[in-house]
Amino acid sequence: MIRVLLLIALFGLAACAERDQVADFKKGKYQGKPDTPPWDSAPLAYGGKWTKGDRASWENQIKTRQLGQNEDVRINQ
Amino acid sequence: MARMKFLCDAERCIECNGCVTACKQENEVPWGVNRRRVVTINDGIVGAEKSISVACMHCSDAPCMAVCPVDCFYKTEDGVVLHDKDLCIGCGYCFYACPFGAPQFPQAGAFGLRGKMDKCTFCAGGPEPDRSEAEFKKYGRNRLSEGKLPACAEMCSTKALLGGDGDVIADIYRDRVVHRGKGSEVWGWGTAYGPGKPGAQPPAQQPSRGRS
Repeated sequence: MIRVLLLIALFGLAACAERDQVADFKKGKYQGKPDTPPWDSAPLAYGGKWTKGDRASWENQIKTRQLGQNEDVRINQ
Repeated sequence: MARMKFLCDAERCIECNGCVTACKQENEVPWGVNRRRVVTINDGIVGAEKSISVACMHCSDAPCMAVCPVDCFYKTEDGVVLHDKDLCIGCGYCFYACPFGAPQFPQAGAFGLRGKMDKCTFCAGGPEPDRSEAEFKKYGRNRLSEGKLPACAEMCSTKALLGGDGDVIADIYRDRVVHRGKGSEVWGWGTAYGPGKPGAQPPAQQPSRGRS
């Protein structure tokens, strides 16, 4: 009886040694040319206003533009 | 940090293809390449027809980046997925991997020649110097560096297509859904012209829905 129980425990524990079946993919690394962020460009004369190189001011400009898409605000104000 | 995304409101899209035209014109996309297209389901069935404008969704975990054998894809700090055409070998793996069919391949020559991959750049250009002629020829216009949003979203006549930071456009959409109600209020007389003046001509009656 004890041998049978030991055998069951042995096979039961064998499952714990199962190999991981999910592949661990290795992520590639970009091999191309580096890109410059959009806030490193100076604003155009007819475009929005931000300080060249200042990300926060560029994001403010983009956010203003994004909120301009909400026509409910534009119509009802 | 912004996460640039597109959001298309199927209740508003009227299949005018203005976004497709705006993209074509703004980026001078060649014949045979459609960076953006409008997909319609239940076409012609009254009340059940829905359209949605589809392009590169700039996935957070982009499958095109994962499968590219030459690693020509990169993601900007704003979450825009871009690629370097000088590296692209036109193998087409990204097309098979993309669930939206975003990658496009120009076929300029004979025998089904497949050129370098072209796709929506969120009007953010590519790895060439910003606003340069080289960048425009390869990737189209860099509107983000001009402080603008993609042309397709800004040109959308019904504002069905929204583009920008995921949080901001989700707020706009949520606000819209809460306020618009249902039925004819979704997009119609009240939204376009306001509540109206006393004694003014009432809006036309809505035709009964369903197939006759």
